[in-house]
Amino acid sequence: MEFLSQVINGLGIGSIYALVALGYSMVYGIVQLINFAHGDIIMVGAYAVFVILVMMNLPLWLAVLGSILFCGIAGVVIERVAYHRLLVHDAPRISLLITAIGVSIFLQNLYQLLFGSDPKSMPKMFTFAPLQLGGIQLTSSTIINISVSVVMMAGLQLLVSKMKIGKAMRATSEDAGAAKLMGINTNTTIAFTFGIGSALAAVGAVLYCNTYPQIKPVMGGLLGLKAFVAAVLGGIGSIPGAMLGGYLLGVAESMTNAYISSNLTDAVVFGILIIVLLVKPTGLLGKNTREKV
Amino acid sequence: MGVMLSVKNLDVYYGSIHAIKNISFEVQEGEIVTLIGANGAGKTTTLHSISGLVKPKSGEITFCGSNLMAIEPHKIIRLGLAQVPEGRRIFAKMTVQENLEMGAYIRNDGGTIEKDYERIFERLPRLKERRRQIAGTLSGGEQQMLAIGRALMCNPKMLLLDEPSMGLSPLLVGEIFEIIQDVNKTGMTVLLVEQNAKKALEIANHAYVLETGSIAMEGEADELANNEKVRKAYLGG
Repeated sequence: MEFLSQVINGLGIGSIYALVALGYSMVYGIVQLINFAHGDIIMVGAYAVFVILVMMNLPLWLAVLGSILFCGIAGVVIERVAYHRLLVHDAPRISLLITAIGVSIFLQNLYQLLFGSDPKSMPKMFTFAPLQLGGIQLTSSTIINISVSVVMMAGLQLLVSKMKIGKAMRATSEDAGAAKLMGINTNTTIAFTFGIGSALAAVGAVLYCNTYPQIKPVMGGLLGLKAFVAAVLGGIGSIPGAMLGGYLLGVAESMTNAYISSNLTDAVVFGILIIVLLVKPTGLLGKNTREKV
Repeated sequence: MGVMLSVKNLDVYYGSIHAIKNISFEVQEGEIVTLIGANGAGKTTTLHSISGLVKPKSGEITFCGSNLMAIEPHKIIRLGLAQVPEGRRIFAKMTVQENLEMGAYIRNDGGTIEKDYERIFERLPRLKERRRQIAGTLSGGEQQMLAIGRALMCNPKMLLLDEPSMGLSPLLVGEIFEIIQDVNKTGMTVLLVEQNAKKALEIANHAYVLETGSIAMEGEADELANNEKVRKAYLGG
């Protein structure tokens, strides 16, 4: 029982990693950029919730919606301002990577300037009494995290497989030149991908605030790195992979906390990254597709 | 009948290399025009200039009265100019059906698109059987058919084909060229860029021979096919 409740706890935390990992994966899929500023978008989303809910004292639904919208727009703006020219001029990937790190540092410092560096407390947002399921206690945040992440992934999968813009995203990620020949505006498609990825990070931010009642400007750093490990573990570029990676990482963390030592949690996470890179660099669900000549 | 595509005094440089040297050619409505030449003669560069993937240094490219050099690459298809790129470049991880959908990306007329799938499948029955298959698993010939079908999905006025025979067995090359001829018979104007001069001259009305960035010869396709120089250089004697 103890074991099972640790697994479920892990899935709850893993849901947040999964949502953030989706953004890493989608952006990587379309422009082959590890967007290291993506973790900081969670922080941006969390502060948006804080501003609307606590500082402006507006209703919760508005805070959630506002945060998602704000992050979505922030994602598009960051793409336009920081990455767009590099992408258009086909700059080396390392320049993009360095730019992403720069954006990350910029965001962290901007928010320290705006809100100060001390942590802010968040009120409880969505709560209900824990459910008892055959001796296992499910907290409200665990239930919410898992169900929201599953719904988000299903929605994203639907977008990518059924909707026109989703198919344009896949076409652009496979061959941007050929996509242009089809009349797809690849610039808009790329910006849209950044927007969706960032909006998902905002959902992750809401879940994070609901789970841990404290936020600070540097919170995105480690969280983002862990979500990145989740994306690599699942197979970067793959949507189900990002989810699977997120859940597995969450479970691994909660197991380490429960049975080994909470001091070793981060070591285990990055140990997993090293093992994946050594044993199966394409990740669990990543495919090494070879072009047919 | 009139000039559909016209290229005038085109010059393209890659850095200091003068890749295309002042070439001019025309494609008349309803014709198959072919641009033949050896590897590195500048065929693909010429096509990329038309599709906006390469920025020419000078010259004019006009399609149905529009200046193509002033238009973003992704908007060219909206004028009715569809392309089958070199190496096919189908979306290998998407299904056959989805590839065709991408070909119809600029269209918004849902009901007629459905009919057009049927029309394409009628013309290319092998694709119909493989409708739900991932395109990357198709054979080379089928992929080339898909690339042509995909280009036709936007109901273009003109089709640009870059080396459709590349990497295919002679039998399949024959099949692909028959498809091109069929498509032309329905009124489609075609610009065919080919290394396989023999095949290209067989189906074309008019031909241009490209040599190291310049047009070395031009004329009716059957005349060129009988020309001594062309026979020696491109048709194996």
